[in-house]
Amino acid sequence: MADLASSFVGITSPNPFWLASAPPTDKEVNVRRAFEAGWGGVVWKTLGSEGPPIVNVNGPRYGAVWGADRRLLGLNNIELITDRPLQVNLDEIRRVKRDWPDRAMVISLMVPCDEESWKDILMRIEDTGADGVELNFGCPHGMAERGMGSAVGQVPEYIEMVTAWVKHYSKLPCIVKLTPNVTSILPPALAAYRGGADAVSLINTVKSITNVDLDHFSPFPMIDGKGSHGGYCGPAVKPIALNMVAEIARHPDMRGLPISGIGGVTTWRDAAEFIALGAGNVQVCTAAMTYGFKIVQEMISGLSQYLDEKAMTLDELRGRAVPNFVEWQDLNLNYTTKAHINQDDCIKCGRCYAACEDTSHQAIAMSPDRVFTVKDDECVACNLCVNVCPVENCITMVELPVGSMDPRTGRPVAPVGTWTTHPNNPSAQAAE
Amino acid sequence: MSNTPHTAGIVAGRLPADAYARNFGDAEPPLDRHEAQVAADRCYFCHDAPCITACPTDIDIPLFIRQIATGTPEAAARTIFGQNILGGMCARVCPTETLCEQACVREAAEGKPVEIGRLQRFATDMLMTQGVHPFTRAAPTGRRVAVVGAGPAGLACAHRLAMLGHDVAIYDARPKAGGLNEYGIAQYKSVGDFAQAEVEWLLQIGGISISNSMALGRDVTLAGLQADYDAVFLGMGLAGVNALRVPGEDRGNVRDAVDFIADLRQTPDKSALPIGRDVVVIGGGMTAVDAAVQSRLLGAQNVTIVYRRGQDRMSASDYEQHHAQTAGVRIVTNAAPVAVHGNGAVTEVEFAYTAEGPGGLSLTDDRFRLRADQVFKAIGQTLSGAPEGLALTGGKILVTGPGRTSLSGIWAGGDCAAGGDDLTVTAVAEGRDAAMDIHASLTRRG
Ligand SMILES: Cc1cc2nc3c(=O)[nH]c(=O)nc-3n(C[C@H](O)[C@H](O)[C@H](O)COP(=O)(O)OP(=O)(O)OC[C@H]3O[C@@H](n4cnc5c(N)ncnc54)[C@H](O)[C@@H]3O)c2cc1C
Ligand SMILES: Cc1cc2nc3c(=O)[nH]c(=O)nc-3n(C[C@H](O)[C@H](O)[C@H](O)COP(=O)(O)O)c2cc1C
Ligand code: SF4
Repeated sequence: MADLASSFVGITSPNPFWLASAPPTDKEVNVRRAFEAGWGGVVWKTLGSEGPPIVNVNGPRYGAVWGADRRLLGLNNIELITDRPLQVNLDEIRRVKRDWPDRAMVISLMVPCDEESWKDILMRIEDTGADGVELNFGCPHGMAERGMGSAVGQVPEYIEMVTAWVKHYSKLPCIVKLTPNVTSILPPALAAYRGGADAVSLINTVKSITNVDLDHFSPFPMIDGKGSHGGYCGPAVKPIALNMVAEIARHPDMRGLPISGIGGVTTWRDAAEFIALGAGNVQVCTAAMTYGFKIVQEMISGLSQYLDEKAMTLDELRGRAVPNFVEWQDLNLNYTTKAHINQDDCIKCGRCYAACEDTSHQAIAMSPDRVFTVKDDECVACNLCVNVCPVENCITMVELPVGSMDPRTGRPVAPVGTWTTHPNNPSAQAAE
Repeated sequence: MSNTPHTAGIVAGRLPADAYARNFGDAEPPLDRHEAQVAADRCYFCHDAPCITACPTDIDIPLFIRQIATGTPEAAARTIFGQNILGGMCARVCPTETLCEQACVREAAEGKPVEIGRLQRFATDMLMTQGVHPFTRAAPTGRRVAVVGAGPAGLACAHRLAMLGHDVAIYDARPKAGGLNEYGIAQYKSVGDFAQAEVEWLLQIGGISISNSMALGRDVTLAGLQADYDAVFLGMGLAGVNALRVPGEDRGNVRDAVDFIADLRQTPDKSALPIGRDVVVIGGGMTAVDAAVQSRLLGAQNVTIVYRRGQDRMSASDYEQHHAQTAGVRIVTNAAPVAVHGNGAVTEVEFAYTAEGPGGLSLTDDRFRLRADQVFKAIGQTLSGAPEGLALTGGKILVTGPGRTSLSGIWAGGDCAAGGDDLTVTAVAEGRDAAMDIHASLTRRG
């Protein structure tokens, strides 16, 4: 079995699976159960300043989106940071870390945007034995209205300033958690980097309304007939998170900046994908909230089996896909494939036909006895049929070798050629 | 082809040649990748899942199904084998309808449980056909343990002990290892030579020797084993059978169902197996169902199971009964044999209807006869050849906790030990747990 031991900004853990700062890490009892189940580390539920604790709503705080079979695809929440007294949290953190010294214990923090507040909280957490801090600049609801969370995370100057304070007043590794509620993730990430962050983690939740109650005409979760936007997470946000992680990973100015990948990690595969796109570890919230802590066992066995099969170490996987994450203009426009339907696997549902005939390129033929075949002279290889087919790998994309005839264009497949050199590209011609 | 299902007497080759391969092929074909994916996606990953509790070996079922769903059936197999080294056989033979699948919350919700048994087979076949043995031995302890019986209980015990670093010597009375996996399980549940392949795969752990055709009480003695080994595990199953105790029982063509099944399992060419035209099977358990169904599959025209109590009391599950009826077996209940008639060989069996009263089961005067040229007795197996000095209870070896017998240094498990259902999976659990207790006792002393 591959060794999954991980070191992230010098914080070691037996595996790269951490629980994200959220309800699963809200208190001692949860975190102990999580460690017993095998989680490598936790980012403790965000702590605020000393003072009267935060209050939460007392009605539903979650909304949800489901797939077939009521599988939870997306969750949204209007929960705030911890609503328990600061000292209680600090005492619990100290106790748990003492009993589980090999697990990563990172404390998430969110206090008002002034130097005194940050200095104060950093002093208070000093002797908990925690391995690091994560600055929650991500939360999109409730705290943002009070000038914290994503209100800071959306202003790069604030990120840089607060990060610098934290680095000044604490020796602990500092992870800056970013909000996806921005047009580009790069300015906030660069600001964290300039401020001296040891790492960034992303994404926090995405501003959202999951659904509307059509009897009460209120967004859901509905509190006494009214709803507020919440933060979206779970499998549905993974594509957004992957892109943002990859954007940072490939940015030349941030090369080497460790990234903790968060957002929709549900299986070992999701984790491996984040790591391949540059994440040093991953954090999980919704999957644990959906299935319980035991899922980490599948993540551990799956990732180590994958690494064994690839004869690769965790370090070698990290960032492996980053060089292949390019701009559209760098894609090989001459690369040509054709859909191919494996008749043995086909269950004759006809979904590929409907998709292609109605909405794409009329490239699938249907015989009277429901045999579906691809018309190579029409197929543009868009992949839609592959994606709507209920049987995995029944429809595959077969590559046409360079030099072979493409029946659609009537021309042989040409060697590599991108938009940058394409004859239709005015700037390509201008450059010549 | 000269014989047909209605040829009188006990003859071979009642069916067209190609029918045998079909009849004795997989009763439940293995899932392919797509089917396994769809089946796995149905699992809810329940907390403290009821299916785990229902499995005698406590396999972490939601975890292994999730591992299949995420494309790592090999990891799923490791999860299974970690609890149940005969997970491959159990996937084929467990009456899942009364175990894990009965407990599945989707059985309660929709009457359609997740297909746990078939998913288990998908995962275990995957790893076993790759020839991968997922465990390695701990450093040798120098301790030696004798195991009597190479059935599921003995094999599970031996494997666990070997894994923990002990050396294990298995003695089995039969020429081949596997116990009832090799000689008893219905052919269509365990097709091909799976039982032997599984034994070979299991032995890859190393540190286990098997001496076949070596019977306790005949070739070795308990005292001898105690002298030569640090501990002894008895997993000798139930080698004896109950008798009908009715006049005419000794007539020709009246056999024990387990012998018939053993012959059937050991005959590769099923068309060479003689079978009666009118077969009567007496009993109400899995053995009765297997004997009856396989008689039909060999081409017997009329096969009747006769059970002395009501259908709900049959120990064969509803699923098994349904399977028998689908195979064309007639099930007659509330009737007990009173005489076997014939002239030399059996020609008829006479039954009396029974009545259930406060004093137990009684025979009524209402009688009937069934035509029979072959009769299979399947009214229960018994412990035979238990060594002297062991306390018994209800005809089986008395055990406490993880298989401790009344004699120190001697453990027992599987069918020969009291308690637990007589199932392959139960035998595996008991063998495994006894091994852990033996290990604890050996390392404590050492
Ligand atoms: C016809 C039939 C069908 C069955 N079908 C199913 C099924 O579908 N599913 C299911 O779960 N269970 C089934 N069972 C029950 C299951 O096979 C047993 O519960 C299981 O095999 C018990 O395992 P064991 O190791 O205790 O005994 P066994 O499998 O009986 O193995 C005992 C071993 O000990 C050996 N032995 C016996 N005496 C001695 C001796 N004196 N010295 C040395 N060796 C000895 C025997 O040769 C044998 O190899 C069936 C049983 C029968 C009879
Ligand atoms: C109910 C709930 C509360 C959360 N609270 C916090 C928080 O206090 N601090 C924080 O940094 N992130 C918080 N998050 C965001 C998660 O840590 C995580 O970034 C996000 O859910 C995406 O990961 P996921 O898709 O695995 O859930 C919360 C998420 C949920 C669902
Ligand atoms: S999970 Fe259900 S029971 Fe538990 S706090 Fe939430 S609403 Fe209440």
